[in-house]
Amino acid sequence: MSVVLGPPRLVDVTPGGEEMRRRGRRRALVRGAIVAVCLLYLTVVLLGPLVGIFLSAFREGLPKIGETLTSPDVRHAFFLTFEIAIVTLLVTTTFGAVTAWVLVRHRFVGRRILNALVELPLAMSPVTVGLACVLLFGRGGWFEPWFTARGIQVIFALPSMILVTIFICIPFVIRSVAPVLEELGTEEEDAARTLGASTLQTLFRVILPNIRWGLFYGIALTTARSIGEIGAVLIVSGMLKGQTETATIYVLTAFEERMDAEGYIVALTLAAISIVMLLVIEISKRRKIKEVMG
Amino acid sequence: MRMNAAIRVQNLTKKFGSFVAVDDISFDAAEGKITALLGPSGSGKSTVLRMIAGLETPTNGRIWIEDDETTFKSVQERRVGFVFQHYALFRHMTVAQNVAFGLAVRKQSKADQAGRVDELLDLVQLSPFADRFPDQLSGGQRQRVALARALAPRPQVLLLDEPFGALDARVRQDLRHWLDGLHRELGVTSLFVTHDQDEALELAHEVVVMHEGRIEQMGSPTQIYNEPQTAFVAGFIGSPNVLQGRVAAGHVLVGAHRLPGADHMEEGAAARAFVRPHDVRLAEPDPEAAAAVEARVDRVSTLGWLSRVMLRLDDGQTIVAEIPSDELIDLTEGTTVAVDLRRAKAFEAEPVGAPAE
Amino acid sequence: MASAVRTVQQRRVFRAPTVTRLRHWSLRGAAITYLVAMIVVPVAAIVTKGFAGGLDTFREAMASPGAWEAISLTLVASALAAIINAIFGTMLAYILVRYRFRGRGLLSAIVDLPFAIPTLVTGVMLVAIYGPNTPIGKAFGTVGIPLMFSQIAVLLALCVVTLPFVVRTVQPVLLELDTAEEEAAQVLGASAWKTFRAVVMPAIRPAIAAGALLAFARGLGEFGSIVFVSGNIEGRTKTAPYFIFQLTNQFKPDQAAAVATLLFAISFVLVLVTSRLVRTERKEAKS
Repeated sequence: MSVVLGPPRLVDVTPGGEEMRRRGRRRALVRGAIVAVCLLYLTVVLLGPLVGIFLSAFREGLPKIGETLTSPDVRHAFFLTFEIAIVTLLVTTTFGAVTAWVLVRHRFVGRRILNALVELPLAMSPVTVGLACVLLFGRGGWFEPWFTARGIQVIFALPSMILVTIFICIPFVIRSVAPVLEELGTEEEDAARTLGASTLQTLFRVILPNIRWGLFYGIALTTARSIGEIGAVLIVSGMLKGQTETATIYVLTAFEERMDAEGYIVALTLAAISIVMLLVIEISKRRKIKEVMG
Repeated sequence: MRMNAAIRVQNLTKKFGSFVAVDDISFDAAEGKITALLGPSGSGKSTVLRMIAGLETPTNGRIWIEDDETTFKSVQERRVGFVFQHYALFRHMTVAQNVAFGLAVRKQSKADQAGRVDELLDLVQLSPFADRFPDQLSGGQRQRVALARALAPRPQVLLLDEPFGALDARVRQDLRHWLDGLHRELGVTSLFVTHDQDEALELAHEVVVMHEGRIEQMGSPTQIYNEPQTAFVAGFIGSPNVLQGRVAAGHVLVGAHRLPGADHMEEGAAARAFVRPHDVRLAEPDPEAAAAVEARVDRVSTLGWLSRVMLRLDDGQTIVAEIPSDELIDLTEGTTVAVDLRRAKAFEAEPVGAPAE
Repeated sequence: MASAVRTVQQRRVFRAPTVTRLRHWSLRGAAITYLVAMIVVPVAAIVTKGFAGGLDTFREAMASPGAWEAISLTLVASALAAIINAIFGTMLAYILVRYRFRGRGLLSAIVDLPFAIPTLVTGVMLVAIYGPNTPIGKAFGTVGIPLMFSQIAVLLALCVVTLPFVVRTVQPVLLELDTAEEEAAQVLGASAWKTFRAVVMPAIRPAIAAGALLAFARGLGEFGSIVFVSGNIEGRTKTAPYFIFQLTNQFKPDQAAAVATLLFAISFVLVLVTSRLVRTERKEAKS
């Protein structure tokens, strides 16, 4: 393995100059040390644990993995997770894009407050979010009578799990689309309008293509986050086995019931899914930066 | 080893991958004088300067500063002063702290530092600004601070990389005169890089013209201006007219005009003749004159005291003449005048397929 | 004739703004309804419930066993993790921006991993390699240092989860830095380290602080990984979020809300402050 260490400027080899070579070697050593320290830290906190979960999931062999991933409980858990993720995606993407637009392109009283509101979910612990849902829809909650009267079960059922996930994911699309919109400016939209494009045409032909990567980045983050949510959904789900168990809740209860192998296997599956999401995140992040830089 | 070469550069080469930025450059910068590296962008002049400073390592070649070989010395050891095009002032430090930096790094006492800082701020006339931050200063002021900072540690030589490139035209002029005065006072050997020929010809004692990594010509400003030795120098300096023609008996034939100066060229070869606009002499057409060469006036533009006359020669080529406005005799569009192009310089024609300059 | 033309013109002039204005306000309305319904209402629920019983509810909550320890553990561990990641995060940002080596893109992706992986899975991963039944866990156990189900586990989990914050705030600042200032320092005689301290550090210090504050705020609320690795031992490894979880499950929502409000208030202030910091840094860098 050859690793070339050096500053972004190209450094060429110079003939002669013992002292200079010695200096260069010392510099390379210092650089190597810094990189080594960083790699060591990353190994301790991330790479090592990744290896660990991989080994633990495969400990009882491939048949166990197949067995676990096809069991009805696990299948239902993943199904539930994806259900929640899809609804969350739809809501946060459409409303998020509209909100980003309003925040960037409109000027009105209270805009600053709205901007601050968007940051709010990021400051909340998921357990607090779950608690809020209980306070609103649980017994004696603000909205509970209305729903109970109509026979709609919110808490300990899918609706509440979706609601908390939406809350948690609200900032992602907004915060990734808004800066892109800001940098883009209105010139292209104005040009389109002078050329006769209607609002819808401008939207689909000019605006959406331009914010494409910002949007994808927000969507990727939202998907990863909603799949991985545990704290809030745990509180509102009531942990009814086979009914309100998401994939993450399944892992938790599996370990509680000493089904370690199943726990590791599903956990590794979740890790694998999120690594795929990570790839999407990285690619769209890089393209988004180019979008912002114009 | 010549003793009055403050900076000597020998066979200096710099390659970036396969791209040759600097190709076998050798020159001296005389002690106590201002030398200019003049050339268009991409000519490699900044790279040469940075190699002398130590900010780039040469692929080949050697460098001496004050008779000490510095080819392999680190940047910190070279004791050169460097002024950047965009000032590169430390934005988190005050003007005084910026100027003191080179002294603080050498662990000079606070008292010494303060004294020298005062001295220099006085020199660049920015004493009241000592406690300001760079973003509170104008471009011209920032560049003066950069100069003070570079001069504070008493460097052996002063290197300037397009020092006025980022400034407005008026500020550029002012600073140019000011730098001239400063140099007369201090006498520090200075080497500066520029693409502005007015700057180079006005400020420098010696001009090194560079093009595509090589030296085209070295000499005093007068020599560079009046005696260009290559087609590039002839075309780059003084914004001349360029006429295409053919060599015949030591002259360049441009239509009916016979321009001298082609003795060094092959009979029948294609050639370019360079004539500066103010070297084009106009007169009443005189049918008696031996070399009665005529041209038609296409357009006359008066720009204050100077007027530009666009002329068309008989073979269709156009040239521009610059004459003082009060010498504008009956020159109106359509009239014919006699044109004297005696002061042309001839060089070989551009190779076929070469990109336009 | 003239008046007829004028009325046609007047009518045209009137129509456009109304339609546009309607569109503006319906968009605005959608956005405002979205944010108010989804964010303001839940937060209001927490805060009103939290303040409903006044200080008494809070005191009652804090009288539970292990309450104060939970809060202090959360604060201290989050702060420590933020500091650790401030150091390593700056180093990582530096090598990602200034060094060139094969696998730089991969390294960048790895740094972002904690943002993609479920927090619970992070906890599982840590136990998988450092748990009491693993070679590493056993080795440390013999020396008397329990890696998992201990306070170390809490700190480790927080380090993993807050890793990307400082890297992500410092990286863009480093990218925008003009190396000319560093070259100027070198020409004036400053060594590599001195140049870093005098020129680079002042520029990235605010970014490091912002990243560390964000990491701290994030750590305060962390639940998924800690619930798995800490063992949730009362008075030892129970954290504030777990405490809130406990209170909620014990059907003491008012107490839970009181503690939650405190935690939320701290985090929210931090997030706002750093948002402002990051934005002003960007504006300064652009000028």
